[in-house]
Amino acid sequence: MIRTEELLLNVGPQHPSTHGVFRIIVKLDGEVITEATPVMGYLHRGTEKLAENLNFTQIIPYTDRMDYVSAMTNNYVLCHAVEKMMGLEIPERAEFLRLIVMEMQRIASHLVWWGTYLLDIGAISPFLYAFSDRERILGLFNELCGARLTYNYMRVGGVKWDAPEGWIDRVKTLVKDMYNRLDEYHNLVSGNEIFLSRIKGVGQYDAETAINYGLSGANLRCTGVQWDLRKAEPYSLYDRFQFDVPVGKNGDCFDRYQIRMAEIEQSLRILDQALEQFPGDGETMGKVPRVIRPPAGEIYVRIESPRGEIGCHIVSKGKAEPYRLKFRRPSFVNLQILPKLLVGENMTNLVTILGGIDIVLGEVDC
Amino acid sequence: MQHFWDKSLSWGTAGIFVAAAIGVLAVVIFFVTYAIYFERKFIGWMQYRKGPNRTGPLGLLQTVADVSKLLLKEDTIPKKADRGLFILAPALAFIPSFAVLAFIPYTLNLQFADLNVGFLYYIALSGITTIAIVVAGWASNNKYSLLGGMRSAAQMISYEVPLVMSVVGVVMMSGSLNLRDIVISQEGYFWHWNFLPQILGFGIFLIAAVSELNRTPFDLPEAESELVAGYHVEYSGFRFAFFMLTEYIYVYAIASLTTILFLGGWNSPIPALDFVPGLIWFFLKFAVIVFCLFWIRATFPRLRVDQLMGLAWKALLPLAILNIFLTAIGIEWIG
Repeated sequence: MIRTEELLLNVGPQHPSTHGVFRIIVKLDGEVITEATPVMGYLHRGTEKLAENLNFTQIIPYTDRMDYVSAMTNNYVLCHAVEKMMGLEIPERAEFLRLIVMEMQRIASHLVWWGTYLLDIGAISPFLYAFSDRERILGLFNELCGARLTYNYMRVGGVKWDAPEGWIDRVKTLVKDMYNRLDEYHNLVSGNEIFLSRIKGVGQYDAETAINYGLSGANLRCTGVQWDLRKAEPYSLYDRFQFDVPVGKNGDCFDRYQIRMAEIEQSLRILDQALEQFPGDGETMGKVPRVIRPPAGEIYVRIESPRGEIGCHIVSKGKAEPYRLKFRRPSFVNLQILPKLLVGENMTNLVTILGGIDIVLGEVDC
Repeated sequence: MQHFWDKSLSWGTAGIFVAAAIGVLAVVIFFVTYAIYFERKFIGWMQYRKGPNRTGPLGLLQTVADVSKLLLKEDTIPKKADRGLFILAPALAFIPSFAVLAFIPYTLNLQFADLNVGFLYYIALSGITTIAIVVAGWASNNKYSLLGGMRSAAQMISYEVPLVMSVVGVVMMSGSLNLRDIVISQEGYFWHWNFLPQILGFGIFLIAAVSELNRTPFDLPEAESELVAGYHVEYSGFRFAFFMLTEYIYVYAIASLTTILFLGGWNSPIPALDFVPGLIWFFLKFAVIVFCLFWIRATFPRLRVDQLMGLAWKALLPLAILNIFLTAIGIEWIG
């Protein structure tokens, strides 16, 4: 007699498509997933607890290691929270530098996503194309702060280093080249029939579900909700620049893809304007007391990271160290919808959907 | 080789056959070595990389080094694997892949065996490799392997049907399953070749062939991103090398087959180039097909399982049958 049984498959923590040490236990009926249980925490380093014994400048390098694909935005959210608590004035040149590196970081981060997502779907070349462009951005960051991944660039009150000679011009060339490269990417990939058939209609959810799950970033905007903190609650200098917030309408992987690609273009637009208005000279560090002691109280600050809303909640007792520090990590929150999306899909779509959410495990586990 | 078949078996003829077989094996191993090298080089160039360039001049010894490494590696067999089948599977995959090369006519006279049912022989033997892959997937006692093996079985069975059907048109036009006769029926220049009247069959054949080879965009049995490595996830050392070897020998076989069935075998494309020997023409056409396979790999993403089956049964098979009808009508009306 033929008997069928469900197959319990352990995907990860060592698996090429989990983008790090993420584990999903899936029950398979043939190749169709009937149940998925994500297991996380393999990369947990206790950043928030460690921060309680560090002063604010010392915490900044730890934020680099949360979302290591987008360290600049992490730097910013912490500095921004402290500055807001202390009511500090940031020199314009510093703020411009911060905005420029954040937008460059957004492009770099989306490029990583684009390359690895196509790698998940089985195309190997886009990965190398994307990384060769990202390499240029990392090279520029390297010139700026001497690191390629964990920058430790921003400080409470400004930035650590001023832009070196000719750096702004090199960024301008990069932006100009990136427009062409983006066109090339669209030519190469965006119209590919196999690619479209792989991602259209996959991992679909509506706006209500997205909001109930607390999704943010491209994962929220793909359902048609126009919510980008750069527009909704402008921080830094974003209110000075013209840019659009791309939204989708179907809430599937294809819309998420489109949005991320469009966001690269919008970031380039912002960079265009920011580089044009970049002040010729000025301070890069504001007037900051030697020891940073935010007044007793609480603050929650949120900004738009490439992955969504990254938040920083500081509870201060007026000491140099935070009493409690809590990061709202978009990867962690966005990931929670995964088990719901996976039921009824096959193994191949598992990779498509997980990749579409765009997680960074350093941020999920923090 | 043909006249040897007619002689009675003696030590002399047997010796010649063994020597010829070793010769073919050497050619094939050489091809595989440099096919891998050129695949890595081409894909490297397409991806802004240099490809292998360290081992030997221009990296030419890279594959040799890789194979030596595989030879020296510890041979591991998982504890809970089905030992007998696990050892059998690589051999079972390799033997038919090498056996199918016997019938390929490189020129009018250079052919190992002139089989009357050459094409059917290819299909029949290559089917055995599918069994080997399923066996490998099963014997490894690994869930990823099993999924890869299952996929592979489903895929290869599905794509063999349109593959065979797409060649029926060619067979109808030449009136023979003998590959040598098929090339002879295309005698002449490129407008005599089968790929023009059989353009539909040619397209279907190429797609189905890529799928038979388990190459991108049909590399689902070893889909790296979801199944890690598919059916050979537990294999290491030389057993793994055998699976790789099998894959590349099939590349060799399919490229040869395409050349023979659709591109006029050893015939030169235009009268002005008649002075070039047939073997070189065969090799050039063969090289173009192999290059296309590499090119496709660098360009396309992978299909999904259900889409793969849909493509075989809903698109390729009806088109192949349509091609047979059109060929029949063509032969009836035009002659």
